[in-house]
Amino acid sequence: MYKIIKKMELNPTVTRMDIEAPLIAKKAEPGQFIILRTDNEGERIPLTIADYDREAGTVTIIFQKVGATTEKLGHMQEGECLQDFVGPLGTASELDGLKKVAVIGGGVGCAIAYPVAKKLHELGAEVHTVAGFRNKELVILEDEFEKVSDKFVKMSDDGTWGTKGLVTNALKDLIEDGEQYDEVIAIGPLIMMKFVCALTKEYGIKTVVSMNPVMVDGTGMCGGCRITVGGETKFACVDGPDFDGHLVDFDEAMDRGSMYKPFEQKRREETCNLLAKEVQ
Amino acid sequence: MPNMSLKKNEMPVQEPNVRNKNFKEVALGYTKEQAMDEAQRCLNCKTRNCVAGCPVRIQIPEFIKEVAEGNFEEAYQIIAKSSSLPAVCGRVCPQETQCEGKCVRGIKGEPVAIGRLERFVADYHNENSSTVLEKPKSNGHKVAVVGSGPAGLTCAGDLAKMGYDVTIFEALHMAGGVLVYGIPEFRLPKDIVQKEIDGLKELGVKVETNMVIGKVLSIDELKDEYGFEAVFIGSGAGLPKFMKIPGENLKGVYSANEFLTRVNLMKAYKRDAETPIGRCKRVAVVGGGNVAMDAARSALRLGAEEVYIIYRRSRNELPARAEEVEHAEEEGIVFKFLTNPIEILPDENRFVGGIKCVEMELGEPDESGRRRPVVKQGSEFEIPVECVIMALGTSPNPLIKDTTEGLATQKWGGIIAEEETGLTSREGIYAGGDAVTGAATVILAMGAGKNAAQAIDEYIRKK
Repeated sequence: MYKIIKKMELNPTVTRMDIEAPLIAKKAEPGQFIILRTDNEGERIPLTIADYDREAGTVTIIFQKVGATTEKLGHMQEGECLQDFVGPLGTASELDGLKKVAVIGGGVGCAIAYPVAKKLHELGAEVHTVAGFRNKELVILEDEFEKVSDKFVKMSDDGTWGTKGLVTNALKDLIEDGEQYDEVIAIGPLIMMKFVCALTKEYGIKTVVSMNPVMVDGTGMCGGCRITVGGETKFACVDGPDFDGHLVDFDEAMDRGSMYKPFEQKRREETCNLLAKEVQ
Repeated sequence: MPNMSLKKNEMPVQEPNVRNKNFKEVALGYTKEQAMDEAQRCLNCKTRNCVAGCPVRIQIPEFIKEVAEGNFEEAYQIIAKSSSLPAVCGRVCPQETQCEGKCVRGIKGEPVAIGRLERFVADYHNENSSTVLEKPKSNGHKVAVVGSGPAGLTCAGDLAKMGYDVTIFEALHMAGGVLVYGIPEFRLPKDIVQKEIDGLKELGVKVETNMVIGKVLSIDELKDEYGFEAVFIGSGAGLPKFMKIPGENLKGVYSANEFLTRVNLMKAYKRDAETPIGRCKRVAVVGGGNVAMDAARSALRLGAEEVYIIYRRSRNELPARAEEVEHAEEEGIVFKFLTNPIEILPDENRFVGGIKCVEMELGEPDESGRRRPVVKQGSEFEIPVECVIMALGTSPNPLIKDTTEGLATQKWGGIIAEEETGLTSREGIYAGGDAVTGAATVILAMGAGKNAAQAIDEYIRKK
């Protein structure tokens, strides 16, 4: 069983958990993901690995409560065990040899951008981080990013944290100011990654994005996670989740991502009601 | 006196219009009387063609003779010498191309219902036998089995009976492989599979779920760091194929793997399941194998009103088991033979709105010996559907190949293994089942697992 060693609420909707999974902790690399189930009747959901501690044997996940499973997960406490926790799945981000990188994180996507920034920092690369959130309330990992970034640009939609504006505004300014990046790594909502890619394409800067589509098994078997990259169908679970952002068909990915939205919404409400009843 | 009826005793089944709304098993099984009567149709002939037609060489006339005399447990013991999963094979083997296809009674009339008798015997044993499996004395040697489908379960079972300390590594959260994620409950009840797995555990086999070999541990780590002296790879068929036609990534297009995994493993057929599934009124399934039949019949049971099977060749070339095709038709599945999709059409919300097809006609035989379908010019037409399921087969999963140095594979990705032993290009590493052959049958995978268990035993003894 996979015990919750530590639980922290990072903001009202985002939770961090360290899960006991020594074999996965030993192999995990930035960019990879795990699949978990909270209980025996639960759904399998993929979450990108936010951090790992090889010595302590723990893997860190950071998640936003958006559906039934994340809602249930958010209600679990330290000392409780997850039913299933499998990984590390997917290919690791290719970071070797990069000298200067802009890491762009949006919202809870920052949870995935952080291990990438950290690893780049450890590899001796110059890391410029641009993080964007809707408002100050929702900010996560501020201190962590601060430690691993040579430059850290904070953006928020309403101006309550850092500068008011979008991450693309900040990135454009950096590029216009003459910063020359080997690569831009963008992780966040699909719409954000789409616009980051549109911008970097103008400047001809290679851009890698991390895709997080719907999937079942995570080992290539179901094909539910297929996305179109450069006109070809790829499976995010085995071919990715990192892809060349200039080749990804984001519109299709956004569309496919909405397939089960009504179902998820309904299940989440049911779960909330059920959990509320249990508390009473 | 042998029973000279030209027809098999009919299998009692749930009524088509009842069963197409539930997930309970379709075939209900022979009664003792029906089984004994059917067994008397066997002439116990000298040619024994049926045995030659069985991939694991079950001594068919012998077990049938015991059934005819009412000695069901004896019959079971004869089958068990050759097959480890008789309750499964009696249900899912393509008997018409194997044992029954060779039966002399089939020359004039129907062959002996060997599959139904096998199923009867296995079910009888499971219900009535009180023999507790004794845990064999350990010989102290460790063997790893990757994958818990039919190949892995068989290999593990045989090795455990010889005294090996066997650990099965399964990628999903539940053991059973295709028997649990692929084949639906109405064709193979999951408690039968669970019983087989529980039996293995009684023999001392350890089952580690959530272990994706090639990711969390490599084959070489299993050998070098965890002390497994031999490894058997039975990792199954792999990645679903698509047609590469426009519209395949629309919402509502599934691979059969995804659709069936959601329904079976994730229990999406239950109304309160946490796994979503499209419950559509009109569904098209593309392909003609057992997987296509399973997907179509599952869609029907989820509440679809019109379900089409679209197959580019004719009825004669359908690779599915005859019984599944028959059952599908009885349940109301519509077969569109000599039809090939060329595009999946969107509705205004980019869900599936329809499927555009062309008619085909059969030309000259191709390399598979089947007549090649060619497009009839100007024959385009559309079928309005809200869901399309692609059941076109699979290509091998590269996870193990990519992480095991020196493991030779075919151009198409299958692991190269000796037919008789399952030995791969690496010493101490064996493979079998769909990972070697590409998508095939449960019984062939079982046979491969069996052969490999023998070879692994010999290899470790000689070491």
